[in-house]
Amino acid sequence: MRAPSFRWHAATSLADAARALAAGGPRALLLGGGTDVVPAIKRRQYVPELLISLRQVAELGRLEPHGASLRIGAGVRLGALAADDRLGVGHTALRRAAGVVASPHIRNVATLGGNLCLDTRCNYYNQSLEWRRAVDYCMKAPAGVALAAPAGGTCWVAPGSPRCWAVSQTDCAPALIALGASVTLVSAEGQRTLPLADLYRDDGMTWLTRRPDELLAWVDVPAAARSTYWKLRRRGSFDFPVLGVAAAVELAGDVVTAARVVLGAVASHPVVVPTESLLGRPLGDDAIAAFAELATRLAKPLDNTDYQLGWRKRVTRAYVVGALRELRGDDPALLGVLARRQAALIPA
Amino acid sequence: MPPQPQPPQPPTAGSKVVLTLTVNGEAAEVAFEPHKTLLEVLREDLALTGTKHGCELGECGACAVLVDGKPVLSCLMLALECGGASVTTVEGLARGAQLDPLQDAFADLGAAQCGYCTPGILVTARALLDQHPAPTRPQIEEALAGNLCRCTGYLSIYQAVEQAARKAR
Amino acid sequence: MNIIGKPRRRVDGRAKVTGQTRFADDLTLPRMLWCRLLRSHLPHARVDGVDTAAAAAARGVKLVLTGADFPIPYGILPVSQDEHALAQERVRFVGDPVAAVIATSEEAAQAAVQLLAPRYTPLTTISDAHDALATPAPQLHTYAEVGNLHKRVGFEFGDVDASFASAPHVFDDSFFYQGNTHLPIEQHATLAAVDGDGKLTVWSSTQTPHYLHRALAKALAMPAAHIRVIATPNGGGFGGKSDPFHHEIVVAGAALRTGRPVKICLSREEVFYCHRGRHPVDMRLRTATDACGKILAMDLETLLDGGAYGSYGVASTFYTGALQTVTYEIPRYRFRGARAFTNKPPCGPKRGHGTPQPRFAQEVQLDKIAVALGRNPADLRLEQLCKPNSLTANYMRVGTIGLGRCIDAVVEGSRFRERWGKLPRGRGLGIACSSYLCGAGLPIYWNKLPHSGVQLKLDRSGGVTAFCGATEIGQGSDDVLAGLVAEVLGIDPFDIRVVTGDTDLGPVDLGSYSSRVTLMMGNAALEAAGRARELIASAVAAELQLPVARLGFAERRVFDLEEPTRGLSFADAVIAAETRHGTLGTVGSYRPPDSAARYKGGGVGPSPAYSYSAAVIEVEVCPDTGWLDVTQVWIGHDIGRSLNPASVRGQVEGSVYMGLGEALMEESAFRRLPPKRSDALVHKFPSLLEYKSPTTREMPPCTTYLIEDPDPQGPLGAKEVGQGPLLPIMPAVANAVFDAVGVRVDEVPITPEKIVRALEEAARGRPARVGPTGFPDVGWPEPLRVAPPWEGGDGKAANETPRRPRPDKDAKDKQVPR
Repeated sequence: MRAPSFRWHAATSLADAARALAAGGPRALLLGGGTDVVPAIKRRQYVPELLISLRQVAELGRLEPHGASLRIGAGVRLGALAADDRLGVGHTALRRAAGVVASPHIRNVATLGGNLCLDTRCNYYNQSLEWRRAVDYCMKAPAGVALAAPAGGTCWVAPGSPRCWAVSQTDCAPALIALGASVTLVSAEGQRTLPLADLYRDDGMTWLTRRPDELLAWVDVPAAARSTYWKLRRRGSFDFPVLGVAAAVELAGDVVTAARVVLGAVASHPVVVPTESLLGRPLGDDAIAAFAELATRLAKPLDNTDYQLGWRKRVTRAYVVGALRELRGDDPALLGVLARRQAALIPA
Repeated sequence: MPPQPQPPQPPTAGSKVVLTLTVNGEAAEVAFEPHKTLLEVLREDLALTGTKHGCELGECGACAVLVDGKPVLSCLMLALECGGASVTTVEGLARGAQLDPLQDAFADLGAAQCGYCTPGILVTARALLDQHPAPTRPQIEEALAGNLCRCTGYLSIYQAVEQAARKAR
Repeated sequence: MNIIGKPRRRVDGRAKVTGQTRFADDLTLPRMLWCRLLRSHLPHARVDGVDTAAAAAARGVKLVLTGADFPIPYGILPVSQDEHALAQERVRFVGDPVAAVIATSEEAAQAAVQLLAPRYTPLTTISDAHDALATPAPQLHTYAEVGNLHKRVGFEFGDVDASFASAPHVFDDSFFYQGNTHLPIEQHATLAAVDGDGKLTVWSSTQTPHYLHRALAKALAMPAAHIRVIATPNGGGFGGKSDPFHHEIVVAGAALRTGRPVKICLSREEVFYCHRGRHPVDMRLRTATDACGKILAMDLETLLDGGAYGSYGVASTFYTGALQTVTYEIPRYRFRGARAFTNKPPCGPKRGHGTPQPRFAQEVQLDKIAVALGRNPADLRLEQLCKPNSLTANYMRVGTIGLGRCIDAVVEGSRFRERWGKLPRGRGLGIACSSYLCGAGLPIYWNKLPHSGVQLKLDRSGGVTAFCGATEIGQGSDDVLAGLVAEVLGIDPFDIRVVTGDTDLGPVDLGSYSSRVTLMMGNAALEAAGRARELIASAVAAELQLPVARLGFAERRVFDLEEPTRGLSFADAVIAAETRHGTLGTVGSYRPPDSAARYKGGGVGPSPAYSYSAAVIEVEVCPDTGWLDVTQVWIGHDIGRSLNPASVRGQVEGSVYMGLGEALMEESAFRRLPPKRSDALVHKFPSLLEYKSPTTREMPPCTTYLIEDPDPQGPLGAKEVGQGPLLPIMPAVANAVFDAVGVRVDEVPITPEKIVRALEEAARGRPARVGPTGFPDVGWPEPLRVAPPWEGGDGKAANETPRRPRPDKDAKDKQVPR
C-alpha cells in the first residue's frame, strides 16, 4: 500500500513551520512522527498537497522545567518521554499513558504532539478508500477524504444522527488533562495558551479547537501528588484504547483536596468527570462507588471501536474504581486480573 | 448508478529527490520519489529485501529496522526523514561471515519458522541486547510486543534471545 | 540414529536469520511490470460491464484485463469449478476481483484502477448461513444443491435413534464457532514471466504448486508441460495459500500477453478477501451415554457458512463430521452437514480444516457430561479412548494412539486431579483432547498416482541433491527431507542440497496441506534414500570385499561395522558407486493404503495415521467484568517419533498460540449495514490492527510433552504435528472458564462480553450459558446408512444411489472431493 505523491517541506524552525503551514492552505499537513498520518495518507483518508516535516524543528524537542511545571515539546517521542527521568512521581499518569501507546516501535517515533492531535477514529473511517466506497463513505470523509465541516454523508455509527461520532483515542490527552496541563499553539500570527481540555471539542469531525494555521508547540504539565492512567485494549500492545481512565488527586492526610478524573475513548473528546463528590473526605469505598457510577453515566461508548459498547461501559465503572483504589494506596495485587493488564503496574 | 465521488487527486508524480542514506554502515546515494517509505527504498532502490512487510500500516512489525540504534517501523517512515540517520537492517547484523549471536540462536532453536517476521524481530532484539545485555523475560516480551509472529507462539524466540545474551557474556 | 530425534538447526535456518530467504515479493526481474486489481465494492451484483478506456489510456498502463479475458472456470475441487480469474456476469462479495491493470509501476497501476468504471446491478445480499436458508433465490451459484445450500451430506452408522431411545442419559447441546482467518504475516505475492523458449514460469507464495499448476493449465488453456510453477518459501500459510488464486492466474495471463514479467503483491486488506479461512459453523450435538458417561451414540448436525465460492468447502463439510470418531469409542454415529453460499469471502481450509468446530462441541459437551455425572473429566476421557489398530464406526482405520499418555502427562503436569473443581472462584482448569490426520488418504482429484515423490541425485563430488515438489511454508519440510536422507546415507543434513516446490525440477508432491508432508514425502524420501544406499553399499561391499550387511553409514563414512576404521569416505563411496553403476539417481514415492470406507463420501477422513493431543489450560477470570487471562498451558502431543524435536516443539507451541487466538479474540466479523439504507456487507476490519492476533503480551507459558510411540505408517514412526495440537485449545479454554466462574460459553471466541452475559443469565436464574439455543431446519435428506464394523458392516452403504450427473462438469472431474 503506497502513499500518493505530495510536495515536501522540512521545516527548520517553529517560525518556519508556522509560515509554511499558513502558506500551504487547507491541504498542507503537519508530519510529526508520522505513525498515524502516514497510514491515513496510504488509506487516502488524507490526500495532502504539502507535507511539512517537523523533525528538524529543535524547539519542539525540548523537555525542561518551566516554573513549577514541566514544559514538554510537541516533538518529544513518546518512548523517550515514558523513560525520561525528569518525569517524576508527580507525572505518573503521563509516564504511564505515553508508555502504553501502540507498540514500542511506534513509541520510538510517535510524538506527544501527534498523540494529542490524533484524529478521531472509527471502524467506518480508519479503512482504505476501497473499503469506505463499499459503504458509500461516511460523514467524516464523504468523498473519500476527511473534511473539516459537514458536507453530507451518513454517520454509520448512528445513521439518523446529524453529527459524526468518531472516537477520541489519544492516551496522553486524558492523562495530561488530569494533571492540569495547558497547551501552547503557535501560528504565523503569534501564539496562545489554553487549558488542554479546551483543545478538544465533542465532535468527531472538528475534534480540535486548533485553527488550521496553528501548530501545537508544547504543553506545560504541573505535577500532581498521585496520579495514574488505566488503559483498556484487547491486546497488551498495538491497540488503541477503547477506554482510558486518567486520575490525579491531592491529599491532605487521607482527605482529598483536589481531584481530576478524565475518561478517554468513550466519546469524541476526552470526558472530564466532575469530582466535587470526592472532595473534602477520604477515598472511601462508598465515595469511590458513587463516583464510578457518575463516571459511567458520562461514558458514551458507541459501536465503532473494538469490544461491545455495553461492556466498555461496564468496565468504565471497574476501571474508575480500580484507578481510585490505586491512588488510595491499595496493594495492586489486590486489584485483580484487570489491574494486571496495566503494563505500568507490572514491574519489568 | 450515480457517479462515485472522486477524491481530490494528488499532485502528479514529482521528480525524484537524491539523498544519501547510511545503511548497514555504507553510505549510498539514492534517488527516489518523495512519497516513498524507508521500507520501499530499502527493498526496491537498495535491493535490501531482507526487510519484510506484512501490512504497510504499522500494525505488525515485520518491517522493523534500526534507525540510530532504535527499532522503528520502516513502513511508516518516509525515506526523506532518514537523511543523516544510520539505518541497520537484518543484512547488517552479521560481521562478515560471522553471524550475530542472535542469528545463531534463532537458527539453532527453531525461533525462525517461516522466517518472515524474523528480520524485524532480530533487529529489535539486537537493540534490546545493546541496551540490556542480560534482559529479563518481561523485558524481552515488552521489547518484542510490537512484532507479530504467527508461527512460533514467541516462546522459542524468547529462548533464543536469552541464549544469545548468555553466549555474548 | 545419528540425526533423527536430536534437536538441531534446520537446513533453511541460516537463510531465514540472514534475510536471504527469497519470498515471492523479494523477486524482481528486468522489464518487470506491476499488477493491481479492481475488486467489487458491492456484496452481490450483476456485472453489466467495465469501462476500461480511461484506465487503458493512463500513464504507464500497458494492459487492462477483464472477465472476458479469462472465460474458463477453475477451483481447487473438481466438484466446484466455480471461480474465474476475473468476474464474469456476477460479483459475489466485497473484494471479488473484477478487472486488472498492468503498468510500469505499482503506483501507476493503482492510480489507473481508480479510473476503471464498472457498471453493476445490485442483487440481494445474503449475510450468513441462516440468511441463505431463508433466501433460496437469487442463487449465488446455479450448481448449488438446493437454493443457496451448496451441499448437504449425511451418514448414519448403526441405528442411532434406537441407541438414544434406550440410553440412560442424553445430552443435547448447540454451539457456534465463529469464522477466523490464517493471517500469515506474508501477503500473497506472485511473479510470472515468459521464458526464452516461450514457456511460462510462475513464482508464487503457494502451499500447493501442483494444484496451481493444474489450475493455470486449465484456466489459461495451456499445456501443463509448458508451465513451471515455483512455490517460493511461504511466509506462513496455515491453509490460506492452498487454493489457486485469481491474482496468480491474472499475472500469468498478463505475462503471456505482454511478454514481460508481471508481479503482484496483495495488500493486507486483499489477503483478507482471499481468505479461505475457518468456516463459521452452527452445530447441534446430541450424545447418548450410559450411567457412567460412556458414549453409546452420537448425533451431530453442522451448518457451515461457506462464503461466496466452493473452495475446499465440500471437503470442509465432510470434515466437520469425519474425524469425530477417531478419539473416543463411538458405537453408533450419525452426521449431517450442510454448507451455505453467502456474500462473503470464501471459507476453506485453515489449520485443522473443518475439525476444530465439532471438536470444540464434543470436548465441551464431554466436560458437561462429566460435571452432570460427577465424574472427573480426565477419567471420563481415559475410560473410552479408541483402541489402537481398530476400525471406527465410520471405517477410519486407527493405528497407534498415544493419547492416554498425553492425558497422563498434562494431568500430572497441571496437577489436574488435585486442583480441578477446587480452585478459588475466578481461577479454573480445563482439559480437552483431539486427534488429527497425517495426510488425506485420497488426493483432491481422483487418481492412483503417488501422493509424493522424491528424487535423489548423487555425483562424484560426494554431493547429494534431493528433489521434491513439497513446499516449505515454515513448517520445516525441507529439513524433514534433508534429515531423513542424511540419516539413511550417514551424512549431515547440511551436506544435502534441497530443491523443493518446483514443478519442473522435482517429482510431484500434492502440497503442504492436511499435515501430509512429513508422512508422505518422508516415506518417499526413505525409499529413494534406501535405494541410493543400496547402490553405494553394493559398490563399497565389492571394493572392501565385505557382505553388504556388514556396512554402516555414519559420520560421512561407509564402513565395516565390525572394524569401523575400515571404510571409505562418503565421497569415495559415491565414486565407487558411480564407477560401478554409472550415473547415480534414485527415486521414491508414496501412496497411502486403501481406505476401509467404501461408501460415497468415505474418502474424507481416512489417513495412514492419526496424531493425538491433550491439553490442560489454566485461566483467571474477573467475575465482575468477565476479563479472561490464560495463565498457563500444558500440552501433550503424540508425535509418533520426533524427526527434529526443535521443529516439533515449535509446531506444538505455534498451534497453542494460534488456538489461543481463536479461543480468545480472532474473529472474521462482518458488518451488514442497515438493510433499509444500504445493501452493504463488509468485512468489519480487514487489518492487522483490528483483526486481533495475540502479541507477546498474550502468550502464556506453555509446557510441552512430546509422546513418542512410533507408528508403522510414518517415516521412522513419525506422525503429524502441524495441526493437531491446535484442536484441544479452544475447548480447554471454555472448560477452564466453567471451572473458574461456573458459566458455559458455547461459542468461539470466548470473550469477556460473553462471560459477563452468561454470569448475568445465571444471576437471573436462567441457564448459566451463552450460545445458540437451537439449530435451524436444514431439510436433511435421507442419510447414507452404513452398518458399523461390529454390526456386520463391510464399509458400504445400504442405500447408496448412483452419483448424480453434473452437466457443468466434464467427465473426468466427476469425482467426490477428497
